[in-house]
Amino acid sequence: MTTVRIDAHRLHYTPLNQKIRAAIADGATEIIIDNVLGQRFIGDGVRGDGVTITVNGVPGGDLGMFMSGPTIIVNGNADHAPGNTMDKGKVIIYGSAGDAVAHSMRGGRVYVRDNIGYRGGIHMKQYMEKRPILVVGGSARAFLGEYMAGGLLIVLGLTGITPISERGVGSGIHGGEILVRGPVDGLHLGVGAKQTPATEEQKVMIKPIIEDFAKQFGLDPAPLLASDYTRISPASARPFANKYTWE
Amino acid sequence: MSIGSTPLKFKVSIDPDRCMSCGRCIENCSYGVYRKEGDDIRINSRNCVACHRCLAFCPRDAIDIEEKPNDYRSHPLWTREVREAIFNQAKTGRIILAGMGNALPYPVIFDRLVLDACQVTNPSIDPLREPMELRTYLGKKPSSLTLKQLPDGEVELITKLTPNLQIETPIMIGHMSYGAISLNAQTALAKAVSRIGTFMGTGEGGLHESLYPYQKNMIVQVASGRFGVDINYLERGAAIEIKIGQGAKPGIGGHLPGEKVCADVSCTRMIPEGSDAISPAPHHDIYSIEDLKQLVRGLKEATEWKKPVFVKIAAVHNSAAIAAGIARSSADAVVIDGFRGGTGAAPRVFRDHVGIPVEAAVASVDAKLRQQGIRHKVSIIASGGIRESADVAKIICLGADAVYIGTSALVAMGCRVCGTCYQGNCAWGIATQKPELVKRLDPETNSVQVENLIHGWTLELAELMGAAGINSIESLRGNRDRLRGYMLDEGLMEVLDVKTVGA
Repeated sequence: MTTVRIDAHRLHYTPLNQKIRAAIADGATEIIIDNVLGQRFIGDGVRGDGVTITVNGVPGGDLGMFMSGPTIIVNGNADHAPGNTMDKGKVIIYGSAGDAVAHSMRGGRVYVRDNIGYRGGIHMKQYMEKRPILVVGGSARAFLGEYMAGGLLIVLGLTGITPISERGVGSGIHGGEILVRGPVDGLHLGVGAKQTPATEEQKVMIKPIIEDFAKQFGLDPAPLLASDYTRISPASARPFANKYTWE
Repeated sequence: MSIGSTPLKFKVSIDPDRCMSCGRCIENCSYGVYRKEGDDIRINSRNCVACHRCLAFCPRDAIDIEEKPNDYRSHPLWTREVREAIFNQAKTGRIILAGMGNALPYPVIFDRLVLDACQVTNPSIDPLREPMELRTYLGKKPSSLTLKQLPDGEVELITKLTPNLQIETPIMIGHMSYGAISLNAQTALAKAVSRIGTFMGTGEGGLHESLYPYQKNMIVQVASGRFGVDINYLERGAAIEIKIGQGAKPGIGGHLPGEKVCADVSCTRMIPEGSDAISPAPHHDIYSIEDLKQLVRGLKEATEWKKPVFVKIAAVHNSAAIAAGIARSSADAVVIDGFRGGTGAAPRVFRDHVGIPVEAAVASVDAKLRQQGIRHKVSIIASGGIRESADVAKIICLGADAVYIGTSALVAMGCRVCGTCYQGNCAWGIATQKPELVKRLDPETNSVQVENLIHGWTLELAELMGAAGINSIESLRGNRDRLRGYMLDEGLMEVLDVKTVGA
């Protein structure tokens, strides 16, 4: 395993990404970036299966945007839209993240240990074997999973805050599913979303994901697996089907 | 139903003296107007949309199509269209979905602008014997150049230039997605642009594998649904266009109905077959001009600053201020899509009532960017209702660098502007995904027709320039002195910055 260390102190994101790309091209599998302070677009459009990029500090927005392959581990919080339109790979955040986490993500996984902001998982979509997964350890703000077209979103509520306590969850959802640990007040659901208690099969489906998440952050998976979950899914695959008449 | 039937939109008749009962009308009509009963061809005029497919393929010119065969009591306010929209909504309670561009009879500014020509004092130029420079570079231009003289007398350019797109004529084909139009239609357009040396847009539908050979002439689009967008797609395009809005439906998103998401469309858009493809109204990672800058830079960073990034907005009241923000965002071009822009499907109320004409929007954007000293930071691409070469010349005089055409290119492939693209039944194989209809459109012959159209316009543009004593498109751009307003009001002439005829 080849390790490359990059000092991001006072380094603009473009030369920082150039260093990351160069390291991957040279065969590095472990890239550690120290002193990250608000640099946006880290790992943007970067390819590299089996590459791990460790970010020490607080990255700026659009972390891992369009990324295809690498795993990014953030030792700190992240700004808005980590995993934006991400294709493949993992973003693991040891902290909280801002708005639009996993926006339009089409594949790979985003794990956030603590809380996320507004519009988490908005317009995530899936195709064939590509099924994006967003797991939030803590809670999510309003408009979670809006326009969701595919993928899986899990909110665990481990930070002592009700996992879902704001409105607009799953507005316009037409694919994919949201699983929330514990009950969800029906008032918080958006137009086009419905909720049902998660079945045993659905809990079996999320079991390996929960275990992986727990292992990543050193949590005990047992109470998470023993809990009841609420499943939020599309009321219809065609939420706009009855909106129009032909001229 | 207490409203009963509404009057026919079209009445189809067959002249029995001319008809030879060959049945080509039955074969060609995809809307179910014709059927055979015994030896007779029967007609159901109610299904007719006037796409003229039957007319075009009737060997005897035996078919007549009459529009509005029944009169309403005429009324200047309560038009037929208004009354029929009320009938429709009284029956359904829904939003009326329509196709093609704005269908209200607003005055056309292009038709109230006239071009100049030289007489005596400044000789006109004959493009046959003088070179005419129509080549255009789209993208950022440096505000100044730093040069270094080398000891051997050569000069080295120190200023770092930004990638530009080189087009051989200022006419490109706008974004019409695979899904909105067929793959054969896209293929015909792709073949045409690659032969001409210009570009076409993919629309928000991804790039089908079979179009990869033409990718260096494709501008890939990133819209709010992010369909078909991954790093490979971004890297394939010659440029990337962020679609913020569309002239036919400013301010709203788009819904490609599940019926149009066939296996191939599904694979290109990267969504499951049969699922609705919903593009939200805004990009949910862009809630401000600063966020737009972030996406522009995000795309540039993903493609290592090798590709120009365009931003397309619908022409609206404050386009100029928005364009000034775009010019400062690192974007390389701003596309202004006027309210006459076409669409496969848009709510009628938006198509007909929202947005402003491209002529006024381009003129005000150009003026604003010049006032702020940032015109060189972006090219201006005009689209929405460009019908002929004169429109191209006029919009360039008003400040555009190039145009996108959409409907004109479709008309070159047979489209009759029937405006029912949303039905997915296009008899010409353009706005449909039905295999039996798509195969009617031969990509090769249609590409020649599109190429011919752009070639013809380019020749006319050179002639218009020559007549005006101009031998380079650069000298036409923003050259309002060569335009005059004919019967335009003073306020509009001020916006366009043109004088009246006679002045």
